[in-house]
Amino acid sequence: MIAPALLGFDISWDATLRNVILGSLILGLMSGVLGSFSVLRRQSLIGDTLAHAALPGICLAFMLSGTRTNEWLLTGGLATGLVGIFVMMAISRWSQVKPETALGIVLSVFFGFGILLLTRIQHSNDAGQSGLDRFIFGQAATILPRDLVVMGIIAAISLSVVVLLFKELKVLSFDPDFAAAQGLRPGVTSSILAALIVGVVMMGLQTVGVVLMVSLLIAPAVAARQWTRSLSSMIVLSGAFGMLSGVLGAVSSSLGDRLPTGPMIVSVASVIVIISILAAPDRGILSRIQRRRDRARRMRDDLIQIDHQGRVIW
Amino acid sequence: MSAALTIMIVGALVGASCGLVGSFLVLRRLALLGDAISHSVLLGIVLVFWATGSRSPILMAIGAGAVGILTVALVSWIQHTGIVKEDAAIGLVFPFLFAIGVVIVSRFPSQVHIDVDAVLYGEIAYVPLYRFEAFGWDLGTQAFWTVGTMLAIDILFVALLFKELKVSSFDAGFTAAIGMSPILIHYLLMAFVSATTVVAFDAVGAILVVALLIVPAATAQLLTQRLSHLIAISVFIGAASSIVGYWIARLIDGSIAGAIATALGLAFITAFMFSPSQGLIAQFARRSRQRRDFIRDLVVAHIAAKQTPVALNTLSEDFHWSADMTNRAINDARKLDRVELDGRGYLSIPGTSSQPNS
Amino acid sequence: MTTKSVARPAVAPLAASAQDSTSPVVEIRDLTVAYNENPVVWDVDLDVERGKVTAIVGPNGAGKSTMLKAVLGLVPIAAGHVRVFGSDLRSVRARVAYIPQRGTVDWDFPTDALDVVTMGRYGQIGWLRRPDKRDRQIALECLAKVGLSDFAKRQISQLSGGQQQRVFLARALAQEADLYLMDEPFAGVDAVTERTIVTLLHEVRNAGKTVVAVHHDLQSVPEYFDNVGLLNVKLIASGSVPDVFTEENLKLTYHNAGNAGLETSREMQPISNGSSTPAGAFLR
Repeated sequence: MIAPALLGFDISWDATLRNVILGSLILGLMSGVLGSFSVLRRQSLIGDTLAHAALPGICLAFMLSGTRTNEWLLTGGLATGLVGIFVMMAISRWSQVKPETALGIVLSVFFGFGILLLTRIQHSNDAGQSGLDRFIFGQAATILPRDLVVMGIIAAISLSVVVLLFKELKVLSFDPDFAAAQGLRPGVTSSILAALIVGVVMMGLQTVGVVLMVSLLIAPAVAARQWTRSLSSMIVLSGAFGMLSGVLGAVSSSLGDRLPTGPMIVSVASVIVIISILAAPDRGILSRIQRRRDRARRMRDDLIQIDHQGRVIW
Repeated sequence: MSAALTIMIVGALVGASCGLVGSFLVLRRLALLGDAISHSVLLGIVLVFWATGSRSPILMAIGAGAVGILTVALVSWIQHTGIVKEDAAIGLVFPFLFAIGVVIVSRFPSQVHIDVDAVLYGEIAYVPLYRFEAFGWDLGTQAFWTVGTMLAIDILFVALLFKELKVSSFDAGFTAAIGMSPILIHYLLMAFVSATTVVAFDAVGAILVVALLIVPAATAQLLTQRLSHLIAISVFIGAASSIVGYWIARLIDGSIAGAIATALGLAFITAFMFSPSQGLIAQFARRSRQRRDFIRDLVVAHIAAKQTPVALNTLSEDFHWSADMTNRAINDARKLDRVELDGRGYLSIPGTSSQPNS
Repeated sequence: MTTKSVARPAVAPLAASAQDSTSPVVEIRDLTVAYNENPVVWDVDLDVERGKVTAIVGPNGAGKSTMLKAVLGLVPIAAGHVRVFGSDLRSVRARVAYIPQRGTVDWDFPTDALDVVTMGRYGQIGWLRRPDKRDRQIALECLAKVGLSDFAKRQISQLSGGQQQRVFLARALAQEADLYLMDEPFAGVDAVTERTIVTLLHEVRNAGKTVVAVHHDLQSVPEYFDNVGLLNVKLIASGSVPDVFTEENLKLTYHNAGNAGLETSREMQPISNGSSTPAGAFLR
């Protein structure tokens, strides 16, 4: 806490801030790690659908029980989230509707239904705000130590699974047909991964909310991809970028007043991606432009000759 | 005119315009791009307000159009570099733009006093309150004019460019070959989508516009194969769902926007299950029939190919079918006189006569 | 929608048949595979001879890849059965190597050539364990066999089409399998790669292994392959190249592309599997 003070920042350090930073850190780590797989498998937007489809579940959980504990609400969210994914798969499998359209349908309809329930709760609730709308944009300040414990456990489980099943996850993402032919059970691995992603999405609803959750699943992974040559380093770097986004986002949001945490985290993550896309060696855009220029110059050098008097011969 | 009627009419107009432009979004498989645009235009609205302090719908629409195009351009550019895949590109761009929008609104509440909730969820219930005054005359509800004009412009756009839109949705290469620019058409469409989106905000807000853009057309897809019919059905469903949504909202005492999205969902499920051509029920019935014909024909072909009578029990074993399935296939074939079964349990094609191999 | 629900039986699984050095490696009996009630492979009987290199040829859409996938258990079977090394595929998976078409994989994946080849060892390694030194050694040797030792640490996105194909082949070799099933191994590769692959296939054959390859180029069949199967949804003929690869058989195979005189019920309407261009149906 000394360093920020030295830099002239005045952070009012309290338990809430500590919780927010820790929660964002764990969330960033998990979404970076798990998001790597969904990005590589080109399934990034399923996380978005999961997040949006969770809203009605959260409301229903509240309506059925009257309690506002996070675990209960998020369990409801998990249930409808899974239903949403199932519906999406059913739609694309059993009709002409394309998968991405099915995603959009489930996302918007479930979310809309959730808003309907939410507003009904708000209108009928004598106490006024039920506070459920904090899941839409996230309200990191509501993270309790108890939530941190749950997040920590989920994170520990997810990381262990990723380590233990690393090679299965790798073949699943790279060549699922080959994996199936080898008896490596890509279907089972895929379901396990899906379960973990559902877990991290539910975690994220509290911190960054429904709308922005998808960014955490994509941005750190895409950023990491630009710098790495192997899957393991990509995952590690992605987790690091995620953590960095979480911490920097949380800290910067506490510095200014009225800077909401969720959008700040997303902004940091996005900036990291932009920098990575531009500046990474080899894959980065600036590097490509430079190489193209070098190539063009070499070609011109080959084509141009100078005669003995120093004049240019074409 | 009662408030209820006003709301329903405005809602129907909004639903119609979204259904109209949304048809092409869905056909061109750009549903998620529509989702992206509807999120990022928040930034457009915020910037317009920040810069001009005005909340004029025209400026908003232009600002939204600009940001919408920016979104599309960014996504395309990212995809073009090959660094990031299609879906990831979308998921990178819109959350960032949206986040910036939210930060600006939160950070500068005095300069940008947009009610974020209203923008995001819409409050069509307040629409009858804003009246349009020009030349000192009360020309009616303001929303009528904005939404009605938007619908009219959309209709004009689609009518004038119908064949361009049709051809470019089907085959971009061909479009270019016959002298139209598919890219121009693409961006024009996106601009109209963005503008329509922002006009629809008043009714359903940013987040639920997506539903109105996508679901009517997707539902229409399940009901027809003709483009003109698809557009018509899409427009109808958009309008009708808005009206139905209003009543659901009254019944449940919830947000009209959410109710509209729910109504759309119900419409889609209904079509999904019951469409005479593509509905689930129709499909299962048809497939049952087809599967039966299929295995019947397979049995006949198999016996014919063997060229000698085939024992009933070996058939079941060879095919790895249950006895029930095999028997039913054989009976179906026999009913059509395509195979005959002799007393010793051998199947053959009528008209061929030879002894089975022992 | 596939017809998987159609197939499964109350029939007891057949006992593994005795295998000797002359029994066929793959036995396909009465195999029918359909997509949405569209027959793609129809009532096929085929034996794959041990220790030979067999080609499967036929027109596009004739079910060649599908038949391969059916042998591998990657697609559901509407009727019939397949035996590999005398038993169900599941018990002999370790002995079967699959080289799919190149286009099925994302070549922008963060990995290098050696890593891909090492993946060929995963089937042997089993769940939860990591590749060890011996696995890496085998992978390196297989890379050498396809002439790509220098490319071991090269990112796969930087490999040419032919090099990618060779990496796939090396991955299959790393499995140390007895049967190799390849889907269009020579499609879109350069001459050097083609030479390399053919040489390797013959080496592998000479070592007593069996190779089956879906092949697209009729010219090269006599030179590269010992046996051939002519498939056009139905099997037209199969056997050794001199016996079966005749002009008459080829005419029969390629005459009705996709529908070798198949009798189908007039009521049978294929259900679109959604693969047509999005607005194709609307242009009227």
